[in-house]
Amino acid sequence: MGQKSTGQIIGVDVGGTFTDLIMLDQTSGKVRLAKVPSTMDNQAYGVLAALDEVKAELQAIDLIVHGTTTTTNAVLERKLSPTGLITTKGFRDILELGRRTRPQAYGMVGKFTPVIARNLRLEVSQRMDAAGKVITELDEDEVKSAARKLLDLGCESVVIHFLHAYANPAHELRAREIIAEIWPNDYITLGHELLSEAREFERGVTAAVNASVQPLLERYITRLVRELSDRGYGGEVLVMNGNGGMVSSSLVAHEAAKTVMSGPASGVMAAAFTGRKAGMENLITYDMGGTSTDVALIRGAEPSVSNEIEVEYAMPIHVPMVDVRTVGAGGGSIARVNAAGLLEVGPQSAGADPGPICYGRGGQDPTISDANMLLGRLNPDKLKSVAGGVSLREMGAIFDNRLANRLGVTVTESANAVIKFANMKMAGAIRMVSVSLGADPRDFALFAFGGAGPLHATALARELGVPTVLVPARPGITNALGCVVADLRHDFVNTINRPLDEVDIKAVHAVFAAQISEGEKLIGKENIEVSNIRKSFSADMQFVGQTHLLRVPLDTAVPTRDTLRQQFEKAYFQRFKVDLGEVRANLVNINTSVIGERPELDLSTLMDPADRKSSLAEAERRQVYFDDGWHDTPIYWRDHLPVEFSLNGPAIIEQMDTTILIEPGDEAVADGNGNIIITVGGLS
Amino acid sequence: MIIDPITLSVIQAGLQQICDEMDLSFSRAAFSPIIAEANDRSDGIYAADDGSLIAQGIGGLPVFVGTMQFSTRILIEMIASGKVASPRPEDIYIVNDPYLGGTHLMDVRFAKPFYRGGEIFCWLSNTGHWPDTGGSVPGGFSASATAVEQEGLRLPPVRLFKQGVLDQEIYSIICSNIRVADQRIGDVKAQAAALLVGEERLNELLDRYGDETVREAIGQLRQRAAVQMRSCINEIADGTYSSTAFVDSDGVVNEPLEINLSIIKSDDQLTFDFSKSSPPCIGPMNSVLATTVSSVYLAIRHIFPEVPISAGAFEPLKVLRPEGTFLDAQYPRPVSGCAAEVSQRIAEAVFAALIEALPDRVTAAPAGTSGNFGLGGHDPLRSRDFVMYQLSGGGYGGNADHDGLSNGCSTIGISKAPPVEIMEQTYPVLYHRYALREGSGGAGKHRGGLGLEYEIELRRGNARASFVMDHGRFGPQGALGGAAGAVNEVTVWQSGKPYTPEHLSKEQNVPLKAGDRVNVKTPGGGGYGNPFERDVEAVLYDVEMGRYTPEQARQLFGVELDANPYKINATKTGRLRAAASGDVT
Repeated sequence: MGQKSTGQIIGVDVGGTFTDLIMLDQTSGKVRLAKVPSTMDNQAYGVLAALDEVKAELQAIDLIVHGTTTTTNAVLERKLSPTGLITTKGFRDILELGRRTRPQAYGMVGKFTPVIARNLRLEVSQRMDAAGKVITELDEDEVKSAARKLLDLGCESVVIHFLHAYANPAHELRAREIIAEIWPNDYITLGHELLSEAREFERGVTAAVNASVQPLLERYITRLVRELSDRGYGGEVLVMNGNGGMVSSSLVAHEAAKTVMSGPASGVMAAAFTGRKAGMENLITYDMGGTSTDVALIRGAEPSVSNEIEVEYAMPIHVPMVDVRTVGAGGGSIARVNAAGLLEVGPQSAGADPGPICYGRGGQDPTISDANMLLGRLNPDKLKSVAGGVSLREMGAIFDNRLANRLGVTVTESANAVIKFANMKMAGAIRMVSVSLGADPRDFALFAFGGAGPLHATALARELGVPTVLVPARPGITNALGCVVADLRHDFVNTINRPLDEVDIKAVHAVFAAQISEGEKLIGKENIEVSNIRKSFSADMQFVGQTHLLRVPLDTAVPTRDTLRQQFEKAYFQRFKVDLGEVRANLVNINTSVIGERPELDLSTLMDPADRKSSLAEAERRQVYFDDGWHDTPIYWRDHLPVEFSLNGPAIIEQMDTTILIEPGDEAVADGNGNIIITVGGLS
Repeated sequence: MIIDPITLSVIQAGLQQICDEMDLSFSRAAFSPIIAEANDRSDGIYAADDGSLIAQGIGGLPVFVGTMQFSTRILIEMIASGKVASPRPEDIYIVNDPYLGGTHLMDVRFAKPFYRGGEIFCWLSNTGHWPDTGGSVPGGFSASATAVEQEGLRLPPVRLFKQGVLDQEIYSIICSNIRVADQRIGDVKAQAAALLVGEERLNELLDRYGDETVREAIGQLRQRAAVQMRSCINEIADGTYSSTAFVDSDGVVNEPLEINLSIIKSDDQLTFDFSKSSPPCIGPMNSVLATTVSSVYLAIRHIFPEVPISAGAFEPLKVLRPEGTFLDAQYPRPVSGCAAEVSQRIAEAVFAALIEALPDRVTAAPAGTSGNFGLGGHDPLRSRDFVMYQLSGGGYGGNADHDGLSNGCSTIGISKAPPVEIMEQTYPVLYHRYALREGSGGAGKHRGGLGLEYEIELRRGNARASFVMDHGRFGPQGALGGAAGAVNEVTVWQSGKPYTPEHLSKEQNVPLKAGDRVNVKTPGGGGYGNPFERDVEAVLYDVEMGRYTPEQARQLFGVELDANPYKINATKTGRLRAAASGDVT
């Protein structure tokens, strides 16, 4: 960090539609925010536009933390750098064969495009067995000619992926030396390096994704850093990873695959941070946007992390990432009446273009957002500000024609049904996520963000039996906030995969020690002030004969065999309510996270104190429909709410980036940190 | 009581949610990979009076789509007639008898009466594929069994849990008759726990909406599902649609078995007539009625995936009982092949019959075999016996929109294949190849997907290989002018000499010693539409990707390519294609 520290930090997150920015001046407590359209061809333009919007003086900025979807989009649209694969003879199709699946249970159709095309997948003679013993020596001449061929074919990066390299990486390491001689190249990914565990498809795809986004990410980051330095910025640019930590821009491209799911992760990190400050360490995050809804679990202020994320059909990226699940519906989800005369909402979505009817861009399908508008939950003044212009009357006519008529109800009742039904489906999906992670939703608070999250949160909470909803100060820029609060973080996974009784416990301790030292070394390389280095340890375990893994948190890097067994059996019982003490346990993976904690930030100024009024004052009143009919409902402007307040539903709180619905029977209070805490009525 | 459609929608989603949660709970807690990983299980809610299907989990194995309502209905009938002990609260019945509404012996059903106010409101039931239920072959897939007794332990409905307590006596009988019994307790507890989860959630739903409302809603949902299915099948013009599909052999007698299907569309319903199919067979390729009917349901669900699974959706589908054929097996006919293989041929017959009527919805035939290769032997290094299974996928059929998927899962399954590295960690084998099978997709305007080719070497000790596959004699059918996909091929290399099973796709106990190899090539999907109408650029790309040779491009697709690098020779291609269409230039 620079010597003349002014305490100014910027977090900037590029999302699918908007680029969000938050600028925090820790000395004055001043906060500036920006929300500008994302520029997908080169995301740097949107970042620069956002910096202009807040009038950032870059030479006075200490640190910029950046969340980017550059790699996400490249993978999903397959706009990847030309990448070659060199692999074990007989196995070049592993990346295309996948795990023998189809995209959905019913319908014998599906498409799949492998990350690396078949003509760029070359084989060489070499073979290890599962114990890492060499069966066929590496044919070095074949490696050379394969590398030359890939060069000729225009490849920019290369993956070396050999069977069982997790057990013995010697051939992969040697092949890299050979290739580096004839093809000096920053973009060589070895299969075992990102993910040192068995399962050739998942490991191979992870490596292939990494190699094929490396050049893109590096070019993007280099260009961005240059643009910033041209404008006088002299500090470090940190980039968000999918594990919710950040890494220096100089290191990020090396493990580029880790950035693929970074967008949703930063939102969850912000939630964990906000929740911890608010004294709520167990949260279900609920991020509802225009096209999708993301859900994650936070326990003890730590987001759930998974090594087994599938980004889309047959696209596993098995590096530790915050376990964010997309559960379908967003504000643009379309409602319809099916041939059985029953209501359906989603999975079709009006998307961003034309979007819901209320966007005024020609959308003609009734959506969740439109239903909220018809019920008075969204401010109808917004209709006047959109380009095409559409009236409530026109929206009502579409609802009448498409839904109300066919259901035999009024337009209002049909809109209410859309919301009720969508809430029930979302609640079901959230319950499935929590059950699959072994949690009971009733033990959590719901952290609502995204443009539409706070509009549905209280109803969902009631459906799930969740007693409390937390709405942060700035729900629409939570991802940018996540950038500002994130820590430096490096995760390590090593596979043991032996029955616990047969494990050499000293070797386990040695692996933990190596993981710690590697993490500390990496954090040392990053030119960032950390207040504390924290480590967390866990083991992935199972009973012998099982295939699913259970992650067992450990409070030490030198556990005894008995500790491992007891902790596992305890965790298993908590999850499944089954005691299987008679069966032996397997130790599959051991994991360490090394976290460089950054100095604490004060977030109470996220709502500008200057704007706040001294007492609760209604901005207006309007008719809003709730389950029991229309209510004359007070509307508050959030920025004007006093620091401390308490109000009872029905009420609506509006702010620039979201609308908060407080239903009859609910009570909302300010918590002093800028959050609103809603106690859901009717739950015992 | 008329229930408004909005409440109906919400109750329907709630019932579905309960079943999905039961599925999830079962898989998460199960021990056997076949349940935990391959999801070879299903959970649902069934009517108290006749066992008809109220709701079933979306993630259940497709072949179980229609079997559990048969199984539950027969259980209810047997209780009523006193053949089975009457239920008490917290009892759980176990049954795996194929002839009582099942599939094969390995699919073990649990059924639990769900009580409200002292009365049975409905039944909760699930099926899980157990790794072994005894019999002559580990795993139960004997290719040459001639009676069900050779296939394993057959359980009539008995109460395994009595008022919530596991009956140790019954359980000990089961454990004494199955292999690797020591790990089964984890699966049994998981299977029972899933029903408990369902019970808890269903009680919540009933408390919230009221028993009478939910009861009434279930009836009305059933009627509405029938309406929805009728509106789908009305896309089909009235008339009779016929097809045939062939099972290579029954594993004992080397002659093909014919599935002969006529589908009659009239009065908003489809009638399925299999009566001209082959008679019952000696070997294990007989299908019990429940599986035959369920296979029809699953094929229709593949065609109309938007219709939720329920008894109402099945109402407009009338499957005539094919008495006297191998599709209505009676005791003691062996049946181990019905769930995995015959079911897929039945689905293929349904697809083939309906593709002309529904060309945008139905695909050409998929590989349609589970590709079951079993290897059992002794590993001298670890001093223990092993039983390994390699189930493999194949190409899907081309369809109106795109080429078939390569290496897709079987028609009746949804599981993931195990990684090669895990197989080599676990068993004394070495894979020499695990690859796309080049040239195997049936030619078409949209070609079939490619099958898989793998080769496995036994590294040590001795072992015996068994195969229960299909499509070795006839490839998956092409449609609307498309060609059939490549046939399944099995070659066993014993001391360097190739051996092909007499029944091509089925054989039992082929001896292997260290160094011997097994090579399997799985079927490609059928092609869709005239291959000479395939986009020439797509043909070029396929050749560049090594999926077909230039020679095949010319012969199968009428595209002439110049080499180095490949380019389309437009003149010669035009001539080839014109000649084929009869235009003389």
